Amino acid sequence: MKPKVVQYLEEGEFPLAEEEALRLYRAMRRARFFDEKALTLQRQGRLGVYAPFMGQEAAQVGVALALEAKDWVVPSYRESALLLARGLPIHTLILYWRAHPAGWRFPEGVRAVNPYIPIATQIPQAVGLALAGRYRGENWVVATSIGDGGTSEGDFHEGLNFAAVFGAPVVFLVQNNGYAISVPRSKQMRVDYIARRAEGYGMPGVVVDGNDAFAVYLEAKKAVERARKGEGPTLLEALTYRLAPHTTSDDPSRYRSKEEEEAWRAKDPILRLRKALEERGLWDEEAERALLLELEEEFQRELALADEAPEPRPEEIVEHVYKEMGPDQKRAWEALRRGLHVEEVE
Amino acid sequence: MRVLNMVQAINEALDLALARDERVLVFGEDVGRLGGVFRVTEGLQAKRGEGRVFDTPLAESAILGLAIGLAMGGMRPVAEIQFAGFLYPALDQILSHLGRWRHRSRGRVGLPVVVRAPYGGGVHTPEQHADSPEALLAHTPGVKVVIPSSPDRAKGLLLSAIEDEDPVFFLEAIKLYRGARAEVPEGYYTLPLGKARVLREGKAATLIGYGGMVEVMLEAAEVARKEGVEVTVVDLETLVPLDEETLLEAVRATGRAIVVYEAMRTGGFGAEIAARIAEGAIDYLQAPVLRVAGYDAPYPPFSAIEHLYRPNARRVLAALRKALTY
Repeated sequence: MKPKVVQYLEEGEFPLAEEEALRLYRAMRRARFFDEKALTLQRQGRLGVYAPFMGQEAAQVGVALALEAKDWVVPSYRESALLLARGLPIHTLILYWRAHPAGWRFPEGVRAVNPYIPIATQIPQAVGLALAGRYRGENWVVATSIGDGGTSEGDFHEGLNFAAVFGAPVVFLVQNNGYAISVPRSKQMRVDYIARRAEGYGMPGVVVDGNDAFAVYLEAKKAVERARKGEGPTLLEALTYRLAPHTTSDDPSRYRSKEEEEAWRAKDPILRLRKALEERGLWDEEAERALLLELEEEFQRELALADEAPEPRPEEIVEHVYKEMGPDQKRAWEALRRGLHVEEVE
Repeated sequence: MRVLNMVQAINEALDLALARDERVLVFGEDVGRLGGVFRVTEGLQAKRGEGRVFDTPLAESAILGLAIGLAMGGMRPVAEIQFAGFLYPALDQILSHLGRWRHRSRGRVGLPVVVRAPYGGGVHTPEQHADSPEALLAHTPGVKVVIPSSPDRAKGLLLSAIEDEDPVFFLEAIKLYRGARAEVPEGYYTLPLGKARVLREGKAATLIGYGGMVEVMLEAAEVARKEGVEVTVVDLETLVPLDEETLLEAVRATGRAIVVYEAMRTGGFGAEIAARIAEGAIDYLQAPVLRVAGYDAPYPPFSAIEHLYRPNARRVLAALRKALTY
């Protein structure tokens, strides 16, 4: 049976409390603001290679806001919106994308771990983290995220199976943006909806319009609630589109058409939500201007903080390999700390 | 004192760890109800409950991933991989994450994970059940590698590994599981990681090895003694972090070094030992550093000739003669 794609905005429905809807919008707009700034910084040589999420704000923010403070987020590398909505400070995120060590230690209060670079390895780890919460009696839920291409990896299969067998409180968000870098979904798999695979693992699978913040948020809430009540994991597929390149090193014109991009631009999750808010008289041009002003001020403040981070010390290379340095790290550390290489002191 | 074999000693260590710290979990394929294919976890599930000792689905990568996630959340997982040769599906988890989390989170996420796996040949196991992949693991930053050579050492070293704040691979020589017996102290005790042991001292040469090769070196040393040649035998016990000091001291004292390991010779951990000796003791050497190792071929599944692959006393003695007559 073909799954139903959950959506609200298309039908003009408004299933949320006004304050909740505004909260979603503000967080999404803030994420987009960061994404645009990050792309600019990258072009100015003030950021390293960056993976933009533009177009996927509803999918990421919708899930982030469905979580409670004690819950954990286990993200992939395109999830800066998820991290921001989860409370990761902007300056930390800038330093992360600057590949500065100060941005790689996420603050203690932020219940999110560093993004994963290998594909799908986060899936079984998210299951372990979820079970740890159960052992400790803290009952936290873990939300982890992957793309459509990532679902082809063995770890995706192993992890979902483990989650189902152990009844782990995990929400698996699949952001199906149609492409694994350049390879379209049709060459990645033979199923129409990835969420259909959930049945094969023995867990519920839900498909949402991933550019419909209401749909993502409400379905994510249901999945979180199920997990919290001990009813196990959910596979949540969000149909969406990456409006920007795979990374700042990518050229999407080589694999997708302008027309396709334009069609998705018209379904921009931020514009759609804004329209719904405006129709209810909850938002207007003035509110938007005020928000952007606020975001600009915040960003400049955070950028200044990031710029203040001291240069990484050479010896940081061999720090945090082990809790206590082994003799080999120690030797290298002593040399690097003096501005030398190990060969120059021995 | 009572005498235990390796299986019993490790079982006792796991039981003590489970009793001492409620964060310790023991899991893997067949470890629960069956007690493991080698019975190392026998009785633990019945005694400590299905929550603490449990079977997982058959998927090594997810076993490692699960262990990492559990440790991230504050638990102290002790995962079993049924055979060291079955670690390969989990290499992404091991190489990309297990040893890297502390470094990439700048110290926020430390992973007190222990991965136990039986390794090595000598008991006619089926194909791919006799691999010795310690060099792969030792070549992974951020993990420790421990390979005990006797039941009493195994117990104390495993308890240290479980207490350790970093990931530890604990490789158990299949040949020693029931073949090695020793007096094992009762109760909880730990033995330090990162310390090599000199098992016997002689002036003629230094034999260096670990795990299943220790009894081979001791046997060769006994034969040599009968011929009037006294050799030093070093049991490394911990490959990472390596006790270079004890190693080099033992080599400097004799001027001749023979490294014994049962993994394939090329790129094996013995090559690292030889390199360290060349870097740190070349002035003392009176002969080239020699390696006695597995041949550069897959571990042979052919039972009639399998024993020729794994180093034995005869091969060690041949190398010793070569070193002494150089």
